[in-house]
Amino acid sequence: MASKSSVEIITEWDIVAARQLGRNEAKALGFGTVDQARITTAISELARNIYLYANIGRIEIERVDTETEKKIVVTATDQGPGIHDIRKVMEEGYSTSGGVGAGLPGVKRLMDSLEVQSVIGEGTTIRAEKWLR
Amino acid sequence: MAALGREKMKQLEAQYKKILADYIVNQTEKNLYIAQNFTRQLIQKNISPEDVISIHKNAIAEIFPDRMNEAQPAYDFLIEVMVHYGMAHREHQSLLQKQAEYEMEMKIATSIQKALLKTHIPKLSTVDIGMLSVPARKMNGDYVHFFYHRDDYLSVAVTDVVGKGVPAALCMSMVKYGLETLEYAYKEPSYVLEVINRVIEKGVDDSMFVSMFYGCLDTQRNMFSYASAGHEPALHYNAKQDQFVALEAKGLLLGVLPNTKYTYQEVILEDNDIITMMTDGVTEFRGNDHLNSRQIITSVIRDNKYLSAQQLCQLLYREIEKIHGFDLSDDFTVVILKK
Repeated sequence: MASKSSVEIITEWDIVAARQLGRNEAKALGFGTVDQARITTAISELARNIYLYANIGRIEIERVDTETEKKIVVTATDQGPGIHDIRKVMEEGYSTSGGVGAGLPGVKRLMDSLEVQSVIGEGTTIRAEKWLR
Repeated sequence: MAALGREKMKQLEAQYKKILADYIVNQTEKNLYIAQNFTRQLIQKNISPEDVISIHKNAIAEIFPDRMNEAQPAYDFLIEVMVHYGMAHREHQSLLQKQAEYEMEMKIATSIQKALLKTHIPKLSTVDIGMLSVPARKMNGDYVHFFYHRDDYLSVAVTDVVGKGVPAALCMSMVKYGLETLEYAYKEPSYVLEVINRVIEKGVDDSMFVSMFYGCLDTQRNMFSYASAGHEPALHYNAKQDQFVALEAKGLLLGVLPNTKYTYQEVILEDNDIITMMTDGVTEFRGNDHLNSRQIITSVIRDNKYLSAQQLCQLLYREIEKIHGFDLSDDFTVVILKK
């Protein structure tokens, strides 16, 4: 079974809504308190990036619950300026510099996987997964 | 972290609960010492702060099950707060690791540079040669290159890259290879500077400048010809008159303009004359401006003129190091020729 839901990020309070959605889904799938907190914090970071640097975007939460796979997939999409050098934003220490893609190494560590796709002038899609073990 | 399996986590929780329970009963320093050792184990296993809170929460829930109703939200709240701390902590860890990698690379680069830019001091029967070059940091931005042909000619290039550290060292390798391509043209100081100027101007970043003093001693004619590209003047000690003369030569720094021309001058060397060439690390006394560096250098040389050229270099270094409080802020290089 897979279920998808999403939140538009326009105002700062939408970050809270995205967090809430992520936490509910994580809880429903059976993640413990600590992992719920991690997933929520990761969503919060991604949503905040959209709010601060892309203005408008969307956080989509997918709950995958099958025999073989149990995971939360978070996808952050925006039509912002895009990330110029993805390798660079994945480098440690970049998070303190601000700008699009800030804090991604931290998000990657909170989750199990992180993929970034970005086109300059068109926007960025970030997909992060957390597996229930 | 999630990487640590559930089983392992359960084990750690059980250990923690035991240590905590012992402490609650006895409250001795020994209990706390055991806790400290356990913490060490947690750090080693990369357990994040939020996991530690969770371990603590679960331990409390087992030790005081009836208190948990009130305390649970507070613990969950703390876990949330600590997730962000954990992120910062991990970033710090990984930056430390990166730093260690850089330091390792730096070490390798330094030893490569040392091997690349090693100066071989020639031994000639006609002139006594001394040279000393001490970097202020790990990498040396000064470089000395000798050319000689039998006992008849000795040329020396004393160079200083404006700047220090890695960029200076990289630029210097270029100067060295430029000098090595000169082959038989090394006897003409102005030509040498013009060639090296072109090499640097073409090949190196605009912000890199190199100063060079180039001298060639013709031991048959006792003629020392020299040219300078924005470098410290050399000092000529005239033994007969017991006087020092600065060998000044005007010339633009290397790497500024492509077609810079350099002029050369000549001076006759008599027996026991001494030529001292140096970089600004020798003459600049930052923070000790009241001292006259020229006076100090000349008096060290005059008072010790019977020492060998190499001993003179070392003595000069010791004296100047002393003045700087054994903390030289610039690369120090001196070359001494004694007739």
